[in-house]
Amino acid sequence: MNIPALEVSHVTLARGGQVVLQDISFAVPKGSFVGVLGANGAGKTTVFRALLGLEPLQSGTVTVQGVPVHQGNPKVGYMPQMRKLVGGQLTGWSMVAAARKGQKWGLPWCGRPGRAAVDAALEAVDAQDLAKKPVASLSGGQRQRLLLAQTLLDDPSLLLLDEPLASLDPARMRETAARIHALAQARAMTVLMSAHDINPLLGLMDHVLYLARGKALLGTVDDVITTEALTALYNAPVDVVRAGGRVFVVAEGGGAALQPHDCTGGHTHA
Amino acid sequence: MLDYDFMRIAFCAAFLVAAVCGPVGWFLVLRGQTFASHALSHVGFAGATGALLLGFSPLSGMTLGALSAGVLMGFAGERTAGRDVMIGLVLSVALGLGALFLHFLTHAASAATALLFGDILGVSRSMLLWLLVLSVSCLAVLAFLSRPLLFASLQPELAEAKGVSIRLLDVIFLALVALATAECAQITGILLVFTLMVAPAATLLRMGLAPLVALAGTIFLAVAEAWGGLVLSWYTDAPTSFWIALIGGIVFLLTCGAQRLFGR
Repeated sequence: MNIPALEVSHVTLARGGQVVLQDISFAVPKGSFVGVLGANGAGKTTVFRALLGLEPLQSGTVTVQGVPVHQGNPKVGYMPQMRKLVGGQLTGWSMVAAARKGQKWGLPWCGRPGRAAVDAALEAVDAQDLAKKPVASLSGGQRQRLLLAQTLLDDPSLLLLDEPLASLDPARMRETAARIHALAQARAMTVLMSAHDINPLLGLMDHVLYLARGKALLGTVDDVITTEALTALYNAPVDVVRAGGRVFVVAEGGGAALQPHDCTGGHTHA
Repeated sequence: MLDYDFMRIAFCAAFLVAAVCGPVGWFLVLRGQTFASHALSHVGFAGATGALLLGFSPLSGMTLGALSAGVLMGFAGERTAGRDVMIGLVLSVALGLGALFLHFLTHAASAATALLFGDILGVSRSMLLWLLVLSVSCLAVLAFLSRPLLFASLQPELAEAKGVSIRLLDVIFLALVALATAECAQITGILLVFTLMVAPAATLLRMGLAPLVALAGTIFLAVAEAWGGLVLSWYTDAPTSFWIALIGGIVFLLTCGAQRLFGR
């Protein structure tokens, strides 16, 4: 029996005294590419923080490859949501290098193996040309590539990416998602990637983890993104509409989309 | 110029202080916490005047005042709502206290000027020893801290995930800032702490050098600016802090101009 890359069983998570997710359980098989979906505040970031060992579990257990989660696990790579830029004057290379064994005490000195690791990570995401430029002069997509390079430094087997497609234009979204997918395949990494729109991930995802109303549902796109499954999850009438190779999740009655599932990338999916 | 004992001591003191202010200031500017250092110097002012009133040396009062305020500020953390407002409040209360203590001092005027605008030529041998101890320990701690501090400054969430204790670094770093501020105030005075803490650091940061090179560069630049100020003050009779402030500003502007010219 294969140990799953990630196993969450009967976990309850709270933020600021409020229960965000109640008694959720799921297991992610090795090498799976999982899209984590859910409205704002559904608990996507909270789940990621719990998987990193940063969020105390109210109950239940989380294991990564059979080992209970703990802070600073090098096997888990993390890319936080993009935030206000600090140190924009530094070059892309310096920015990535700061994350290389950044938790160790001492001077920020790389050494030859360190420099080689940074170069290799930059090459893996096609960002060698960004190495010498000040980060403040880069576009959102270019900065994402640097952040992705940082996650690769420790050669993780599980990658947690928090909204890596946010603030990208639709064409870049698809390109970035495909790049991450190819990287994951090449390095046999398991990927959990949150997104507010399912469409750029269609055809790339093996599984969907859908978070809503304190619950979580894991399965294939065809199993989870259906009118029946999401209606049960939301405990309210929800329609899944497929049109033009895209998917829309729509609340009944109001007709307003529960999420902005309007991707104008014009792509097709398998 | 170097025939005089007080000038030799002044050059030594300027070196010790600038060597700490440069790299600490680099992190300060990187993290966008320059206002905090400004406030710490004002709390230090209250501490120094209080110490004078009680008959202790102003340096000890300044160090103690700034250090305790720095540690408290670190514990309060980034998440405390309205941090700017809080720092501003602390700053004004501290300065008010300083004014009160000065009021009770008999030789108030000269003490106030020395504290506010610095008195590098008045540094004594025993004070120099204090500065040496402070500088060496500050630099040692900073060297030990700089790698995780850089990581945590640039990407706090990622650093936390990798096992860096953000809160601990915050507290230790602000304690370092407090010590550097107290030292710096000996030379430039509390009102001009920015000239050595921020000007060289901001100049180096603009150049976009690799962190380790930039940190070494800030030491070099801060010492050069402090010594330059001393030399010019010797020949012109204008106060040292004036010259250090002016050189710091000019070097920063020249760097910006050069970058414009060479298109960076």
